[in-house]
Amino acid sequence: MDAKEQEFLDYVQGGGQVETEDWMPDEYRAKLIKFIEMHGNSELMGVLPEREWILRAPTLQRKLALTAKVQDEVGHSQLIYRVVEDLGKPRERCLDDLISGKSKFHNVFHYPTKTWGDVGVIAWLVDAAAIISQKALLKCSYAPYARIMKKICWEESFHILHGRDVVLTMMLGTDEQRELVQEALDRWWGPLMQFHGNPISREEDPMYVWRIKSQGNEEARQQFLDGYVPQIWELGLTVPDPKLRKNEDDVWKYSEPDWDELKRVVTGHGPKTAERLELRRTSREETAWVRRAVLAEAA
Amino acid sequence: MIYEVFRQERKGQAFAHAGSVEAPNEEFAEAYAREQYGRRGESTALWVAPRDAVHEIDDFADELRKNYHRVDGYPLKEKLGKARELAAKGPRGLSAGAG
Repeated sequence: MDAKEQEFLDYVQGGGQVETEDWMPDEYRAKLIKFIEMHGNSELMGVLPEREWILRAPTLQRKLALTAKVQDEVGHSQLIYRVVEDLGKPRERCLDDLISGKSKFHNVFHYPTKTWGDVGVIAWLVDAAAIISQKALLKCSYAPYARIMKKICWEESFHILHGRDVVLTMMLGTDEQRELVQEALDRWWGPLMQFHGNPISREEDPMYVWRIKSQGNEEARQQFLDGYVPQIWELGLTVPDPKLRKNEDDVWKYSEPDWDELKRVVTGHGPKTAERLELRRTSREETAWVRRAVLAEAA
Repeated sequence: MIYEVFRQERKGQAFAHAGSVEAPNEEFAEAYAREQYGRRGESTALWVAPRDAVHEIDDFADELRKNYHRVDGYPLKEKLGKARELAAKGPRGLSAGAG
């Protein structure tokens, strides 16, 4: 690392923020693109598990809420891809790399949504886990990303309420409905515990070193457990981990998450990866004529 | 083409930069800005402008160190302390001072 790069590193580590037109080391730019692109991909792919339930939502109100949430998440991906574009990678290339499997998206969006219980658990707990990561990005050293995160966090906060409302309604329903929530929680707990990544120390995490992230993986997971396990328990639900408990030192202990599964899933081998990427590919192909017509008209 | 979007949160407030949208023309830019920044009643008004129309200036010369038009140009603490000391000595102290 030369002196100029070192100066930049000291600057961001001291809480300094960077704008699009500022000079930045190539490595910082590459890391930013990789991180922010994966976030954009995740927003875009994240709507697919929920989209599957729009037609099957139990009431009109739920159908509208779910549709609005899907619209929000696609909107987030547009905002985030805009940030990536300004860093030098066009959106079309992001979509190419997503569909070809070259770039990644979050582990939780590679799994099936079996029942309406899954929709509630995703909207409540997956969004809760995500908002913990996203709130930590409000302090990102790259200012345009930090700024756009403010709007995203604001919208995510009512997605969590929507999810909690779905779960509470089911918990107040029949035994069968409560069973659906418990089964969904059992299915999602593993991926949720993997969500924030392996517990490498933040000093070894390049995303923290460059202050793209402002917290380490394990800090985020502890924050999730602290915030949400009590809320899960108070509803009479069981977390499927017999080792889960909070120690006297206020640190949550839990069974080691399956890091091999996480690796397999995010490298494109999740149960729904191929199907969902295929849907992305075909819908992009099928709507290509619209873009062509509109762009020709607008030109 | 990139358009910058500015939003006003409440009537009377200043417009602040919200973000940008990519659109083939103004009509699309306005539609996208509406969807991204106005759909939930979070804005009372939006400004949409082509990025090229926004000129950034970030070099502000101060060769003469013109601190006389800034608050930091008036460090009064020391002078005030001295003035108080002088005043405490009574009228003779004052008259002994230089103009």
